[in-house]
Amino acid sequence: MKINKHIAVSDSGFVFNPVTGESFTANPMGIEIIEMLKKEQTVEEIHAAVLDKYHTDNTTVEKDVAEFFELLKNFSLIDRHETTEN
Amino acid sequence: MKRPKIRIGVTGLNAIDNPGPGVPVIRGLLEAKSFDAHIIGLAYESLEPGIYMHDLVNKTYQIPYPSAGTDQLIDRLEYIQEKEHLDVIIPNFDAELYSFIKLSPRLKKMGIHTFLPTMEQFDERLKVNLPEFGEKYGIHVPKSEVIYQVSDHKKHMEKLGWPVVVKGKYYDAGIAYNADQLTGYFNKISAKWGLPIILQEFAHGTEYNVTGLGDGHGNTISAVPMRKQYITDKGKAWGGIAITDEKLLNLTRKFIKETKWRGAFELELMKNKKGQFYLLEINPRIPAWVYLAVGVGQNIPEAYVNLAMGKEVDAFETFESGKMFVRYSWDMIVNLSDFEKISTLGEL
Repeated sequence: MKINKHIAVSDSGFVFNPVTGESFTANPMGIEIIEMLKKEQTVEEIHAAVLDKYHTDNTTVEKDVAEFFELLKNFSLIDRHETTEN
Repeated sequence: MKRPKIRIGVTGLNAIDNPGPGVPVIRGLLEAKSFDAHIIGLAYESLEPGIYMHDLVNKTYQIPYPSAGTDQLIDRLEYIQEKEHLDVIIPNFDAELYSFIKLSPRLKKMGIHTFLPTMEQFDERLKVNLPEFGEKYGIHVPKSEVIYQVSDHKKHMEKLGWPVVVKGKYYDAGIAYNADQLTGYFNKISAKWGLPIILQEFAHGTEYNVTGLGDGHGNTISAVPMRKQYITDKGKAWGGIAITDEKLLNLTRKFIKETKWRGAFELELMKNKKGQFYLLEINPRIPAWVYLAVGVGQNIPEAYVNLAMGKEVDAFETFESGKMFVRYSWDMIVNLSDFEKISTLGEL
């Protein structure tokens, strides 16, 4: 899964899509996931990193991360063809 | 190196809630690096704010309304030319473009250059001709029909569906959800702008605009897309952001290439949920938000003047996306003597 290469993310969590002109704010966990996606980490690596950092159960992490990916997809922040492959 | 001085007449000084492009065009011209602009305002009414912006406009003359005909306009421009020796005129209103296109050979003889679309280009993109335009150039446009009597809408509603956009031939539009509302808009808009009225299929989605400049040979000199972020009740952008949507840029390049567009323009588009763009309107002039293009690195007014003067102009290759414009109102304090001069003498 790849984040759209044009997306700009600031340290404060302000996310700007220069293709659509839309902007969003992400919370600290959201910023971390976006940064991991930018580094082309796999979904499994992202799950493991979140699980390790937030000390919660695997089901919760899977659900939350999947929800976040769905949001990114709906806002065109992830290439659509990438999401269907993953 | 000393920059040449170019004397430029600019219309559209009505910087109000539905602003004309004149003032932002002038701001672009004053920031030009290739020449030193001397600005002569051309105003229709004595309360157009640009008349009183003496830091932007050197002198303003009133000119007759387009409805007065081209003879009166050329008489007035001859008088102005005797005094001001204009090199270029940039007309900024849809309603005056017909007159200026028609007069451009005579203006050229007077030493005044323009850079306007041809009469064929101007007519072809008229709202009433937009469906044929879309079909000819392979660009999606919403379905539309032209009506001269309000009762004529009935035969088109099955095809267009509700709601429907009711548009004047030059300006003004309203979204009608039923026949009563349609009648109201028909009467209001036709009283102001005349007939026909255009009924256009309502396109759902997000509004995008592109401003640009074609060299008349099919080449894109400038193209800057913008997403409207704040829209007034008149449908005007009060805030917008420059974006880099390749689909939009390609559509714009295609429009310029296919039509061999000459001059500035604004494309008004709607993007639906599937990501398809529908062309709602083509305005054959610089839009009021053009200063965003200047701010992101494409000084369209400057390039326009250089093209009008017959100079070689390199196409802009890039611009800075993610920059925004936020419009604001500003109260000027104006001396009554200034108002008196423009009202009685027709110049200030």
